[in-house]
Amino acid sequence: MKRLVLSAVVCAGLVFFSHDCHAQATGSLDLLNNAKGHDGKAVAYKGEVIGDIMVRGDHAWLHVNDGHIAIGVWAPKELIRDISYVGDYQRKGDIVEVSGTFHRSCPEHGGDLDIHASAIKKIASGTPVIQPLSRKKAYIGIFSLLFVLLLLPKLLSSGRFRPPKFIAL
Amino acid sequence: MILKPQANDIKNIGYYLGRIILGLGLTMFLPFIAGLILFKEPNPAFDFLISANICIGIGLVLSRLCKTDKDLHAGPAMVVIALSWLAAMALSAIPLFFSSHYKSFLDACFETMSGFTTTGLTLVQDLDHLSKTHNLWRHLGPFLGGQGIAIIAISFLVGGASGSLNLYLGEGRDEKLVPNVIHTARFIWVISIVYLVLGTIVLGLVGLSIGLRSQSAFFHAACIFMAGFDTAGFAPQSPNILYYHSLLFEIVTIFFMVIGSFNFNLHYQVWTGNFKEVWKNIETRTLLLITMLVTLITMAGLKQGGVCSGGMILFRKGFFQIVSGQTTTGYMTIYAQQFIKEWGDLALTGIIIAMGLGGCACSTAGGVKMLRVGIIYKAFRQDIKSTMLSPNAVVTQRFHHIKTTFVEDKQVRAVLLVTLGYCVLYGLGTLVGVASGYPFLESLFESTSAAGNVGLSCGITDTGMPAVLKVTYIVEMWAGRLELMSVFALIGFLAAFVKGR
Repeated sequence: MKRLVLSAVVCAGLVFFSHDCHAQATGSLDLLNNAKGHDGKAVAYKGEVIGDIMVRGDHAWLHVNDGHIAIGVWAPKELIRDISYVGDYQRKGDIVEVSGTFHRSCPEHGGDLDIHASAIKKIASGTPVIQPLSRKKAYIGIFSLLFVLLLLPKLLSSGRFRPPKFIAL
Repeated sequence: MILKPQANDIKNIGYYLGRIILGLGLTMFLPFIAGLILFKEPNPAFDFLISANICIGIGLVLSRLCKTDKDLHAGPAMVVIALSWLAAMALSAIPLFFSSHYKSFLDACFETMSGFTTTGLTLVQDLDHLSKTHNLWRHLGPFLGGQGIAIIAISFLVGGASGSLNLYLGEGRDEKLVPNVIHTARFIWVISIVYLVLGTIVLGLVGLSIGLRSQSAFFHAACIFMAGFDTAGFAPQSPNILYYHSLLFEIVTIFFMVIGSFNFNLHYQVWTGNFKEVWKNIETRTLLLITMLVTLITMAGLKQGGVCSGGMILFRKGFFQIVSGQTTTGYMTIYAQQFIKEWGDLALTGIIIAMGLGGCACSTAGGVKMLRVGIIYKAFRQDIKSTMLSPNAVVTQRFHHIKTTFVEDKQVRAVLLVTLGYCVLYGLGTLVGVASGYPFLESLFESTSAAGNVGLSCGITDTGMPAVLKVTYIVEMWAGRLELMSVFALIGFLAAFVKGR
């Protein structure tokens, strides 16, 4: 009977604390709109790594954007080893799932809203984004420049243009 | 009887407008060259080549068609200024719109007006994937607009002392640093470029120390400096200053925001060795006093809401946002949603007061301005004293701003009129916000931020907000930057054109 009661208590405890122990999958808007509710709790947050990875000692800052907002993630250096692409104009960043503790006002980082990562799982690898030169843009640009250069003598003959001494013609 | 503007007036306006557009076009070669050579982003670079040529073409045609020998008088100069800011908004929006990071051309116009007026509210989509070339232009806008679009033209492209002076005055500046307005304009550029170089080096080094790679560190540094010193509040990444997670970065940014909000005349005094002016000046004293007062209000609000756990954290988060609001920069170390969800009404009120009152006159800051707040305070003191003393007593009040002056009724009237104008502007934006379905305090916050050229947002400014609100904020930013007068001059000019004889 004692064992049964003990087992019931343990099970009840596990159920009661389960939302604290297991990462709750969530998005940035939910984190921001219910920051108080998520504060200090384990969360799982998925998105694209963007910007720079800023290494500070044995940890690093990275930013993960889920399509709405980029949230700062504070992670031990060994967790970011797999990250090969960070998103910017020329790259699509790795898609990762960060598991960790959410802070709406992190006491360790001057009150910043952040996630302290305990695990980072790479879901998809990023890729370089190849932007082929748009010939149309280049032609329009060059021809319009030639047109403007043809107009320039007209400007110089307008009489009221007084270039400063250091660019005097 | 209202007189219809003459053909000569219109030609004169067209000529100077053409010159300013031409100047704007020439500045677009900067991102073109940087994009092509430095960033290796040919497509964005060509966006700027095309846009530059459009501007130069329009500028040349306008100034050729409207060629006139008449000098520009005060009224038409104000019309030129009002129109040139609208033209700059539309023409500078072209390369941003080409980037495909804006939902509509109106959004791109919102962005450029926000940049040129050094506001910092943004409607860019997916900022973190925007090209460096376009991002450079976003930050160059505040640097050009902060000094003044007409300042570019006055410095290099416009002849005629009277016309230059009237253009200078029309851009919301009534103080000359040196007797010659062209020299004043060039001095403003010298100050700004020297600070830009120093600021970029300092912020770049801080960037390196916090883990940014060298190219990234100095690109971020240049962008943050341009938008910080010019009190705009744009940043190259979407989390704004929160991106850097660094106290040192925040302190350096605070320093640049504060010196950016100082009067150019004060910079000139410091440059010429008159350091005492900083403490003696009514503007710096008022700025210090108001900042302390607003800090107390905001801290009390934050403590009440229990947002931040420790005193130091409370100060760091609160003080940064206050300085950002007071200097009308708009940099944030919190997310926009946090203002509404976490900060509470009292803290928000503190920030609204800071934003509404603004920085110093003849600077890149917006809002009512500290000089006006100081003069209003002195005038109130004078009135209270005269009611308490004998009716025969002559009560005078003095204030020190570069030189010591007595408070005059005429001056107080002008100051109160502009202050009233700002209050009406804040109110009108709030009304449109409320009519669009947003709560009162949030609408007041966003409207004050737009009209005061601040850029802090509590979340209303978003691509999804109604077009009418976007247009309202554009008008508020424009009127706020030009301190209303040039806008009234344009309205008067249009009325005279329609109704005049």
